[in-house]
Amino acid sequence: MKKFEKLTSTGIPLPLENIDTDQIIPARFLKATNREGFGDNLFRDWRYTKGEQLNPEFVLNQNKYKGEILIAGKNFGCGSSREHAAWAIADYGFRVVVSSFFADIFKNNALNNGLLPVQVSQEFLNKLLQAVSKNPESKLTVDLETQKITLEETGEKEGFEINHYKKYCLINGYDDIDFLLSKKEAIEVFEKKKDEFLKAKTEAV
Amino acid sequence: MQAKTLFDKIWDQHVVESVENGPDIVYIDRHFIHEVTTPQAFNGLRQRGIPVARPKQTIATADHNVPTKDQHLPIREALSRTQVETLTKNCADFGIELYGLGHPYQGIVHVIGPELGITQPGMTIVCGDSHTSTHGAFGSIAFGIGTSEVEQVLATQCILQAKPKKMKIEINGELKEGVTSKDIILYVISKISTSGGTGHFVEFCGSAIQSLSMEARMTICNMSIEMGARGGLIAPDEITFEYIRNKEFAPKGEGFDQMMKYWKSLATDEEAVFDKEYQFDANDIEPMITYGTNPGMGTKIVQPVPEMPFAEDERANFSKALNYMGLHAGESLEGHPVDYVFIGSCTNSRIEDLRQAADLIRGRKKSDKVEAWIVPGSKQVEEQARKEGLDKIFEAAGFEIRQPGCSACLGMNEDKIPAGKYCVSTSNRNFEGRQGPGARTMLASPLTAMAAALTGKIVDVRNLLSNN
Ligand code: SF4
Repeated sequence: MKKFEKLTSTGIPLPLENIDTDQIIPARFLKATNREGFGDNLFRDWRYTKGEQLNPEFVLNQNKYKGEILIAGKNFGCGSSREHAAWAIADYGFRVVVSSFFADIFKNNALNNGLLPVQVSQEFLNKLLQAVSKNPESKLTVDLETQKITLEETGEKEGFEINHYKKYCLINGYDDIDFLLSKKEAIEVFEKKKDEFLKAKTEAV
Repeated sequence: MQAKTLFDKIWDQHVVESVENGPDIVYIDRHFIHEVTTPQAFNGLRQRGIPVARPKQTIATADHNVPTKDQHLPIREALSRTQVETLTKNCADFGIELYGLGHPYQGIVHVIGPELGITQPGMTIVCGDSHTSTHGAFGSIAFGIGTSEVEQVLATQCILQAKPKKMKIEINGELKEGVTSKDIILYVISKISTSGGTGHFVEFCGSAIQSLSMEARMTICNMSIEMGARGGLIAPDEITFEYIRNKEFAPKGEGFDQMMKYWKSLATDEEAVFDKEYQFDANDIEPMITYGTNPGMGTKIVQPVPEMPFAEDERANFSKALNYMGLHAGESLEGHPVDYVFIGSCTNSRIEDLRQAADLIRGRKKSDKVEAWIVPGSKQVEEQARKEGLDKIFEAAGFEIRQPGCSACLGMNEDKIPAGKYCVSTSNRNFEGRQGPGARTMLASPLTAMAAALTGKIVDVRNLLSNN
């Protein structure tokens, strides 16, 4: 997994609420059997018009907006468990998604792919959206070590929460499977214990 | 001993270890897999050169991508075919039982687990699909996971997971005629919103829930994810045990009685505390339908589309949704024309759903204006429907019965709703484009869907029941 420590970048505003995973990557594009290339179809139905033309009104198609930080409305990533949503966002080139609220499964999926979900207050989110919409050159800094996100032009910052273990994994580029594989013995011991537990619970009294 | 919720009891019993300041290592009893969210996970195992840790606890089926017509022929769409073939190969390579196309147990993953007796109380169950929450109806902890997590479970039979908070939703009272468990859950989501359950695992309880059949309970747990919850569960009782008894993979004879002793202990202690609680009265619930583009945007059919909200930030979303749906704030939904009716998906494609639907249309004909598909959730459901002669009723009424799969639930296979068309659907998601680009989905119960098919419009099904 790609390491994440600190990032300074401009941001792309997408001030819609409840952006679901079917919008992030529609189901018809889930047919690949590897993880690459999903970025091409990120927000597909918003990026393209029905005639498959680029939709000039959609932020990703506006040249003034660039950057590795996506700033989106409340309840981002709700809907299906498809990890393809996180792959698509990361593959497109984002490293951070900022929102005032994330759906659970999406949050896990993002973290498992080195994509950092940064949850801020609604006020701070509004501030970021305004700043970036007004001046697309506005820079944001996301520092995972100190757990702070800063709007550079004003110096305003806010802290964000992240699970201690996940933070450690991201900073070190460490992955859950390596960790779980190292627990093989503990898992086998647990299985025996579980069998005994069930036996005790089900045996005739 | 400290009082515990049912959720706590099952969870705590499955914790292998807790990571300091981190998640728990949770042991998984059953892992369901399907073609869409697993190829990358198997690739991961190959790259690491490791096997599937517990292939016997892993069950595979092909459902999302499969066509629902001519399943005996090779899948026409190349990418879908590749995904299904990849699953077949992966299962063969890693020693996993596959109920693929043509197998008598094939079907939507959340339909086959319960009907085969694989899903049992007290278990932990995961699948790379958010509606894994369905299995919670048996008093198990069941939740959807991403592909990286599928790989974790394949590799170690465990998953790293922070323990969610607990929520209780209690629904007491008696349901009115024509009101089903689908209406209950659409009602609840319309009240607490699509993010109201985020971070929580929900226990549904109360007399209205206890009176429901297993299949009706599954519909409720299925959609618990639509309020943002990690999953939902219902304490097992006699109805649960009777459902499981004699199922293919359920314990038999004495083994069953022994397991039942354990299952009976699976209930929330009286003193146990939840992080959040809601109460609803079954009497307040009426046939529901959604008018917007998330499952929380639902209303009683007899009520109009809500007025424009006051809050600035909500207005934009509300208008965008109504615009997509071609509806107006304050407009009455009753009488609104419908183009398609879809009865299927892991929410409502079980035999009881088909029976209810068939009862309503026996001796009637569907409206010419509507195209109507009935897609059984599994081969076994299809078979049972045929045995009971339901297929004849549907055909006589002008319905098309297709073969098992996810079908028009997600616009990934060939079954799609054309842009701009209205579809009353028994599935679980009305997101933009969910049933195909531009498709306008209105979620409802099988009864309401049938009523729409018969009349070509949105109607309160109770009007049809009274003169049935
Ligand atoms: S029927 Fe729909 S919601 Fe259910 S598993 Fe299939 S695609 Fe997912």
